[in-house]
Amino acid sequence: MVPEVPSGNFKKTGMMKKVQILIMLLISLTILHAQEVTQDSIVHKLSKVIVVGSTANKHHNENKSLATIEDYLSASSSVDFIKRGAYAWEPMVQGMATERSVVTIDGMRIYGACTDKMDPITSYVEISNLSKATINTGQQGAENGATIAGGIDLERRKTGFRNNGWKGSVQTGLESVNEQKIAGAALQYSSNTFFSDVDVMYRSAENYSAGGGEEVLFSQFTKYNVSAITGYKWNDRQWLEASVIFDEARDVGYPALPMDVSLARAFIGSMEYFTLPESEKLSEWKTKLYYNTITHIMDDTQRPDVPIRMDMPGWSKTVGMYSKLKGTHNKHRWNFSVNAHYNNSLAEMTMFPENPEENDMFMLTWPDVGTLYAGVFAEDNYVITEKLTANFSIGFGMHQNSINDIFGLQSLQIFYPEMADTKTRFLINSGSRLTYQNNFWTHIVGVGYGERAPSVSEGYGFYLFNSFDAFDYIGNPEMVNEKSMEINASTGFKNKNISLKFNTAFYHISDYIIGKPNPDLSPMNIGINGVKVYEQLPYAQLWSNDISVSYEFLNGFTAKAKAIYRLGRDHNNENLPLIQPLTVETGLRYRKNLFYVEALLETASKQYDFSPEFGENQTPAYTIFNLALSQTFYINKQKMVLKAGAENLFDENYSTYADWNNISRPGRNVYANVVYVF
Amino acid sequence: MKLLKYFSLLAIALLFSCSSDDDNVLPISETENLTLVKNFENNHHTLSVYTQNGMFQLGYNKIYFQIKEGDQFIDNAQVSWKPMMHMMNMSHSCPYSTINRTLNTETLYEGYIVFQMPGNDMEHWELTFDYTVNGEEFTVSETITVPPSTKKRVNVFMGSDDVRYIVALIEPSDPKVALNDMTAGVFKMNNMMHFPVVDNYTLKIDPRMPSMGNHSSPNNVHLTQGAQNLYHGKLSLTMTGYWKINLQLLNAQDEVLKGEEITDTNEASSIYFEIEF
Repeated sequence: MVPEVPSGNFKKTGMMKKVQILIMLLISLTILHAQEVTQDSIVHKLSKVIVVGSTANKHHNENKSLATIEDYLSASSSVDFIKRGAYAWEPMVQGMATERSVVTIDGMRIYGACTDKMDPITSYVEISNLSKATINTGQQGAENGATIAGGIDLERRKTGFRNNGWKGSVQTGLESVNEQKIAGAALQYSSNTFFSDVDVMYRSAENYSAGGGEEVLFSQFTKYNVSAITGYKWNDRQWLEASVIFDEARDVGYPALPMDVSLARAFIGSMEYFTLPESEKLSEWKTKLYYNTITHIMDDTQRPDVPIRMDMPGWSKTVGMYSKLKGTHNKHRWNFSVNAHYNNSLAEMTMFPENPEENDMFMLTWPDVGTLYAGVFAEDNYVITEKLTANFSIGFGMHQNSINDIFGLQSLQIFYPEMADTKTRFLINSGSRLTYQNNFWTHIVGVGYGERAPSVSEGYGFYLFNSFDAFDYIGNPEMVNEKSMEINASTGFKNKNISLKFNTAFYHISDYIIGKPNPDLSPMNIGINGVKVYEQLPYAQLWSNDISVSYEFLNGFTAKAKAIYRLGRDHNNENLPLIQPLTVETGLRYRKNLFYVEALLETASKQYDFSPEFGENQTPAYTIFNLALSQTFYINKQKMVLKAGAENLFDENYSTYADWNNISRPGRNVYANVVYVF
Repeated sequence: MKLLKYFSLLAIALLFSCSSDDDNVLPISETENLTLVKNFENNHHTLSVYTQNGMFQLGYNKIYFQIKEGDQFIDNAQVSWKPMMHMMNMSHSCPYSTINRTLNTETLYEGYIVFQMPGNDMEHWELTFDYTVNGEEFTVSETITVPPSTKKRVNVFMGSDDVRYIVALIEPSDPKVALNDMTAGVFKMNNMMHFPVVDNYTLKIDPRMPSMGNHSSPNNVHLTQGAQNLYHGKLSLTMTGYWKINLQLLNAQDEVLKGEEITDTNEASSIYFEIEF
């Protein structure tokens, strides 16, 4: 007998309460009084911004225009990815995985629907949807929610009210390593009062080959994405924008995992209202309502040999809002925002016994968990002197988890008999920093304090199998907030030819959440190592460093190098898992007019600091070599960009520290991208 | 204003007049959640025997009945009963409780019987009620059907102390993915007719899923004697499906009388219950 479980529908009463809170927050915003403004100050932009696909972008500064969103984000020294296959990599910010960061699309919160983190938010968008990604590390990234590591905000691409008339582009690409075919098209129309952007993107790939030609089974995927954004302006100070993204991936293989995904589907919709207030004190006020729903169907039907067949579908729905106001006052430049969202996460597992006479085995792996978050955030930039700027930010949030399903609650009460169905906590995030700018130099020091609530899996997961350490994980609803104290510094130098930047950040994270083995518990999955229960270490420490240099010479040559090194230790000085060893990238680019060629060398040292407890072993050193060519043609007003190149040119068989179960990275990949803009 | 007052008074009056104190509970409602198994009839009375699912099953059975004389329920009878297995060459009884009037009911009597073997074409169970109404003695007896069961709910075995025991699963009758309250009856066979409850024993449980690599569940509590002299504990079931509840019976001195511990090399105990849901 399979008990009836609501298929992820919001409970009416709970929903009403949540809507009421949203409305109250909206009202509280409207009674906010602004302050007097006289002077606008120049604020040093500290965020790391990665340009993805703005049509305004004159320089085709990416080697592969149809690269994945993950490839684009990897350009940031702060971001790296845990890879479980060729698709849907999990972003890590400052060496910390998704529980500790906040990833948003245009400020919208979206929760993945997969209990095994096979569908990070970044997997539900396409590069064609986005114009840029803003990466803020540590407490600078707390605007859209409580965070430890920072935030990534993926910004939607839109033409805006430019009066450009009709524009369009078509693009196509091929990749040899997995016979990936990419095709896309975009159409834009803009006038002074109306704009609309529509784009579609399709990718389909077979299994890829690792270095040496070995086929990596179950690494195929197919994905298509349709998105539209439209705006209407009824006067110079007010306009409305509506945006939808529909993303669907089918037949996605995860070679590092024992299961695949037959369907991962997201619908992401929003309405946003913009005002340019008449008051000079206020520069912009925007308010958004959004909704998204994700369906993720994980199963092992394609796998030839499994101990037991199982289906693990998951659903996630989020409704939310934010309202953000910006203004200036004397030497202050401030912004204030309220945001709130309610997420419902439900995941189940059905296992099919070999004996067909036996009943199916059913459990809720995410027991219909509701997460309500409502927060305020304020930030102020204060220009002390011409060279010295101070920045303060503070965020305060209410976070409430509730288990909406009695089946799920009773399941968890097996482990926690006294557990209540609701848990409320309060989260504080605060940061401050000082920036000193002097001619070519910029120095920044900052401190921060942040808190986060356990994720749905950490709090309420029920026998979630982790194939890395081969343990089943049980959530712990009784954990307190994880707290981070952070200190960071950066130094940058930039003149006409040389730019240099060094970042360092140290995080002391108390009540650090991690799974620890409990030998008394019997694993659920067959033939695995045991059961881990999430608990909290007294503390853990992370140290993240990166340096990047670029040097332009001989009119057209650019030499660049970047190095990243991270260290993570727990309170016993044992290594934390998935910490990046010394990784160095060096490149040389030659540009002449509309042509360029770039050679890039990526090297990682042997992984000295790894965590055997988490199932890690030492990842050997590797070096790979990439080559990229680009040529742009103009025909009348039409533009064609041709890009071709080879990644891992010497077909090295390697895996990085972040490759789940040491799955090999792709071997030699020759690619070609064509973008035609009209 | 005055008018309003009158109206409110009127409303209150109406409210009170509407709520009647209906003390005469209809007897039929007392068997609402039960299903009739069989009517036992003699020249004077009808005994209607009910269980939850309308049948007797192998193992523990909670049994309810009503006594009727014509249309009149008899609520003051002194009742005893005797289940009897008529085998080819012998007869024996089984563990059963005394009979009590069901609390908070007007008409129901209740008790339990543990059938330790099923009936078949050649061998059958017979249930006899002996009862006294206003000093007059009556008896009624019928053959009943106890079919074999697909899931093991009762164990009959010889303990290491050379005593024959009967261990029957009582609860959970409606198992959930949860920490379930578990109840079992532990009886010994003094002779063919007498199967008393044993006292101060321990029934250890180790629930396992053979289809999931013998997965076990946490926070189970072994069964010890409690209310109604039955044995009570906690059984956690982490998912739906087929569970084998491996048992070990220990006497008051904590000596194992029957059943083996589950280890890497021993997947099951010789005594167990089966639950599937």
